[in-house]
Amino acid sequence: MIGYLIRRLLYSIPILVGVCFLTFVLFYMTASPGEIARRNLSAKNPTAQQIKDWEHQHGYDKPKWKQFLDTTEGLFLLRLGRSDSVKGERVMTRIKESWFPSFEIAVLSFGAAITINLSLALVVAYFRGTYLDIYGTSLCVFMMSVTYLVYIIGGQFVFGRLLKLTPVAGFLPGWESLRFAFLPVVVAVISGMGASVRQFRTFMLDEMNQDYVRTARAKGVSEPQVLFKHVLKNAAIPVLTTSVQAIPGLFLGSILLESFFNIPGLGNYLVDAINSQDFAVVRAMVFIGALVTIVGYILTDISYALVDKRVRLE
Amino acid sequence: MNPPLLQVNGLKTYFNTPAGLSKAVDGVSFSLQPGETMAIVGESGSGKSITALSIMQLVPEPAGYIESGTISFDGQDLLDLTWEQMRSIRGRQISMIFQEPMTSLNPVFTIGYQIREAMLTHDKFKGESATSRARSLLERVGMPSPNKVLRQYPHELSGGMRQRVMIAIALANEPRLLLADEPTTALDVTIQAQILTLLRDLQRDTGMSMLLITHDLGIVSQVADKVAVMYAGQIVEQSPTNTLLSNPLHPYTQGLIASLPSRSRRGQELYTLEGVVPPPTRWPAGCRFHDRCSKRLQICDSQMPLATKYDDTRSVSCHLYPAQEMAGNQERLK
Ligand code: SF4
Ligand SMILES: [Mg+2]
Repeated sequence: MIGYLIRRLLYSIPILVGVCFLTFVLFYMTASPGEIARRNLSAKNPTAQQIKDWEHQHGYDKPKWKQFLDTTEGLFLLRLGRSDSVKGERVMTRIKESWFPSFEIAVLSFGAAITINLSLALVVAYFRGTYLDIYGTSLCVFMMSVTYLVYIIGGQFVFGRLLKLTPVAGFLPGWESLRFAFLPVVVAVISGMGASVRQFRTFMLDEMNQDYVRTARAKGVSEPQVLFKHVLKNAAIPVLTTSVQAIPGLFLGSILLESFFNIPGLGNYLVDAINSQDFAVVRAMVFIGALVTIVGYILTDISYALVDKRVRLE
Repeated sequence: MNPPLLQVNGLKTYFNTPAGLSKAVDGVSFSLQPGETMAIVGESGSGKSITALSIMQLVPEPAGYIESGTISFDGQDLLDLTWEQMRSIRGRQISMIFQEPMTSLNPVFTIGYQIREAMLTHDKFKGESATSRARSLLERVGMPSPNKVLRQYPHELSGGMRQRVMIAIALANEPRLLLADEPTTALDVTIQAQILTLLRDLQRDTGMSMLLITHDLGIVSQVADKVAVMYAGQIVEQSPTNTLLSNPLHPYTQGLIASLPSRSRRGQELYTLEGVVPPPTRWPAGCRFHDRCSKRLQICDSQMPLATKYDDTRSVSCHLYPAQEMAGNQERLK
């Protein structure tokens, strides 16, 4: 187990270097430091000297390979540096400020989604082949076909405008944040519900056709027990892997969700940085995204081994 | 004679398939006395497993269903029972073991859990007594170090060991009837013999009845008191085991026996039955065996032979043995 972890962490080093390299190359293909300097300098028409000074200040005057090595080294040491923007604040400071809204919404949506979707999938699987199952799965397909935006705007309209149950957008710290998180969480859960319930239902039905289910019935085990014990514990394996894999995406905050609900989270921070060609922030956020993804995959494997005794981490 | 423990009469189990209606079991009748072991022998696709699953009422739904017939167990027609009533019989009065030991156990539960569950489900043995009974069951089925096995998961055991566990589960509530569906087919030859001997010994010790389903006529003499030979969804011959092996009536049974390796024919080439069982969606008209039969008569491809009593212990469905020629034995079985 420990050996496995060490190996996985070592493997992740070349992956992260690759991510940094790609980001670096892509950046220079789409922008130049001069442009950024012009955007970010307070003077309307900066002189060549001012631009040069700015480039020097932010390290863009060094040879490219040196730039790459320096920035990559900084990222690996989690010295994320300062933003390229006028204010030039520390990236780490901003992350510390904005991780919580993203995290809160991610955790709540993850927990709510897995509980609700799994329960619904169990219900349709239990009533497989009946009208409840047929209508339920049709509804799932319908929900999958509706775009995310409809859920966002529809949710804001219904809950925020009509019912006035929640704020339409925004965020406040502390317990107040729950009021603001409610709608984004509902939207996140509902928008993913169709696909998840259908997928979870398939996992259950696959398991229900297994020989061990027949054995359980031959023992006289009741149908609810067959479903909730025998089938569920086996179906938990694919449910878990697909769900844990989704964590990195959740954690970085759904970019659409955060910008539409104006939530000061990491997703919003990244969008702003991209819009203002703030390379320092973009590369830091991309690096952290990659890191979170890798950690997510390792967690997936560990959880896999915890539920399925046949899996050995070696 | 005692009333039979199990009496199956005119059982028809059909399946709706994309290829049409599959008459997998098409009018099967037999009976089993308490303490008796009967083997159902036939090629794959002849309806043996579906017969056993029909008794358990575990025919895969919704495609499969019991079309007609009666399955009377201890005087009670199982087909009249509700699902809940049937559930209290499964695993308690009637147990079943399967052909696939590798997949028949639940991979995420310990062996101990799976044996105990069989007992706890029926409230016959509880708590500590269930655990200690699980241990002694494992001992009884010949598992080395049962204490360790109780905590193990199925993937840690070999196929033969898993089949022993399945047998332990089946015996947990001291059933009166054990349905064993090709319990040794998936196992190595040496293991096959061990499992078969184990089943025979357990049957003798407990006095339960056993229905052994197999495609291998070679193993029945070790275990079974009598044999029913199945072909194309029907029983074509029923006979005490020794009589059947020494003096088979039906051309299909004769073919099966001729294709068995035997000491007296050592060195000779093995006989092989030409052809295969036809698909159950298109049983041939007349005698279902007629296109494979070397002795067929004029009427064989148009008229289905009925099960006929040949003597006190035997019955056969074949035009070679017409009922009217056997004076005194003209009673036709249903
Ligand atoms: S009924 Fe005719 S075809 Fe069928 S087994 Fe007897 S002889 Fe052969
Ligand atoms: Mg079979």
